[in-house]
Amino acid sequence: MSQDIHVIVEHLRGQVADITYVAVAAARRLATGTGGGVAAVLLGHDGETLAGDLAADRVVYIDDPALADFNPEHYNVILADLIGGDPPRCVLFGDTSMGAEVAGVLSARLSMPLVSRCRSVDAANGRLRFISQICGGKILVEGDIPEPNALITMVPGGYKPEQGRGETAPEVTRTSVSPLGSGRVAFAGYQEPKAEDIDISTTPILVAIGRGIANEDNVELAEELAETLGGAVCASRPVVDQGWLPTTRMVGKSGKRVKPDVYLALGISGAPEHVEGMSDSDLTIAVNTDPEAPIFDVAQYGSEVDLLDLLPVLIERVRAAKGG
Amino acid sequence: MNIVVPVKLVPDLVEELEIDDGGTALDTTWLRFILNEVDEHALEQALLLKESLSGTVSVISLDGEGVDDVLFASSAKGVDRLIKLTGVDYGVNVNNHAMARFYATTVRILEPDLVLVGVQAHNDLDGSLGPLLAEYVGMPYVGYVSGIAPINGRCRVRKEYPGGLIAEMDVEMPAVLGVQAAESPPRYVAISRIRQAMKTAAVDEQAAPDLDTTGGPMVDSMFKPETAERATMITGDEDEVAGRIVDLLRELGKA
Ligand SMILES: Cc1cc2nc3c(=O)[nH]c(=O)nc-3n(C[C@H](O)[C@H](O)[C@H](O)COP(=O)(O)OP(=O)(O)OC[C@H]3O[C@@H](n4cnc5c(N)ncnc54)[C@H](O)[C@@H]3O)c2cc1C
Ligand SMILES: Nc1ncnc2c1ncn2[C@@H]1O[C@H](COP(=O)(O)O)[C@@H](O)[C@H]1O
Repeated sequence: MSQDIHVIVEHLRGQVADITYVAVAAARRLATGTGGGVAAVLLGHDGETLAGDLAADRVVYIDDPALADFNPEHYNVILADLIGGDPPRCVLFGDTSMGAEVAGVLSARLSMPLVSRCRSVDAANGRLRFISQICGGKILVEGDIPEPNALITMVPGGYKPEQGRGETAPEVTRTSVSPLGSGRVAFAGYQEPKAEDIDISTTPILVAIGRGIANEDNVELAEELAETLGGAVCASRPVVDQGWLPTTRMVGKSGKRVKPDVYLALGISGAPEHVEGMSDSDLTIAVNTDPEAPIFDVAQYGSEVDLLDLLPVLIERVRAAKGG
Repeated sequence: MNIVVPVKLVPDLVEELEIDDGGTALDTTWLRFILNEVDEHALEQALLLKESLSGTVSVISLDGEGVDDVLFASSAKGVDRLIKLTGVDYGVNVNNHAMARFYATTVRILEPDLVLVGVQAHNDLDGSLGPLLAEYVGMPYVGYVSGIAPINGRCRVRKEYPGGLIAEMDVEMPAVLGVQAAESPPRYVAISRIRQAMKTAAVDEQAAPDLDTTGGPMVDSMFKPETAERATMITGDEDEVAGRIVDLLRELGKA
């Protein structure tokens, strides 16, 4: 067992995910407590240089043609070997479509405790601590990171990706693995997102609607407001899952990241998965009848009025302002 | 196609959350429990598969407040078998590792082709249920799934990546899949049909195995996030609020 901290590098089509930088920032903090180093573990094919700008002490690189695209089963097999063989103090993943399932399987396979939804970590007086975010961002919980080893999945918000970026490329060690057979999970290909009518990631004014919009008919009101403002309508996941707007309009973890001048959030609670996609907006105005809604922690301005009362009045007001 | 859907109730986030005197758990006095939203999608996806391919759907849940209502509602939607694991004290911290061990026992007996779980729950602190359960029963796991098409002992699943990108994966059955969204929104059932199910549907009560929570962290403090930069609240009725919003937009040259 070592006192090192490992970070499993998440990458998609040649791009390292921001959450990996966040995890490296957390790993650096943990390593100050353990006295160990930070190793980035990179599984890929022809991707040796991918981890070059991570603030890690070294990179463990595993190359195999079968690792060109993410396959959870390959990750499970390789990482069970690597981590099980010489367990580091902690292994950090992103709490994402890739990281979450690998961390879960490894926790059971290696009998290694797992702390998920971790936002920040601390190392003081020989103790390693975690703070995780639960209940849609309404509650934080704190505790000791289990001994002697633990797996951790990180959510964004506690560290900026810049904090995990390094100046000099860490040294890369190539490690070989036994050939990866054709297992029970096979990657079959990608389905590209549909061509867009409107690209919300470049639209300067967004009228964002959430479950508070209540039904499909009300979506029209939001469209009308967006049109009057010269912007576009986007939405949280439940609105898209209902089929009221196309997937291309979804903002958040599984949708788009947007960065408009104005984000008008109507009937959106501000779940972490949503906030991840809109927290870089210049000005956020949130309308939500729940005074405790987490969206008010992200917004600069807020109101507790009913959005269905507000929309018609706001449309009129904007029209009047534009006309006059 | 036989499908098992383990479901979990979680605190409704629309209600105000309070922390209990112990300082490490939510005060359950006023908490309302609802079915985890993505579990509802997992159930819907199971019903869609059953309708297109025939077979059975079984729902399992740990006993607790509100569970019977959820089971009867699932029966009204078309679920064939309702299983409730009893005898677990909710006062003890039932984490997902413990839950996965409970459900593994039942899944091994039922021998389903697929286990569909919601991809996560908002109060998961030791990972999500799906991958843990998959590993305990020795099945493969793929999560963040929003489409499942069975073909010759495998199923082709749509796995969601950020930005709307989908990866297609072929997964050998039996498998555990973490459902993010069903292929169509969860169906509604009329209260009258749920009442009917209460009279006719049988709940199979089984004693849960011993509780084993190893694998999850301990919490020594729970708190609400400090709101350093809370939004400036605009007071007044919708007229005043609309007026202020227009002013703000005008300052930015947007109105
Ligand atoms: C793996 C995963 C990925 C996810 N990815 C995303 C993602 O990319 N994007 C995303 O958005 N979500 C995502 N989610 C879902 C996310 O967790 C939340 O469930 C979702 O963001 C909640 O949407 P909402 O705020 O519209 O609904 P809710 O949380 O239900 O909030 C509705 C809000 O509207 C308010 N309201 C109701 N009526 C009114 C009214 N008349 N006037 C004013 N306010 C009103 C309520 O007070 C409430 O706060 C993901 C979930 C999972 C599990
Ligand atoms: N139906 C339920 N589903 C899941 N957890 C529950 C349920 N009912 C109660 N709990 C949990 O049980 C613990 C104690 O609840 P109680 O038995 O009401 O004191 C709390 O931590 C709750 O989170």
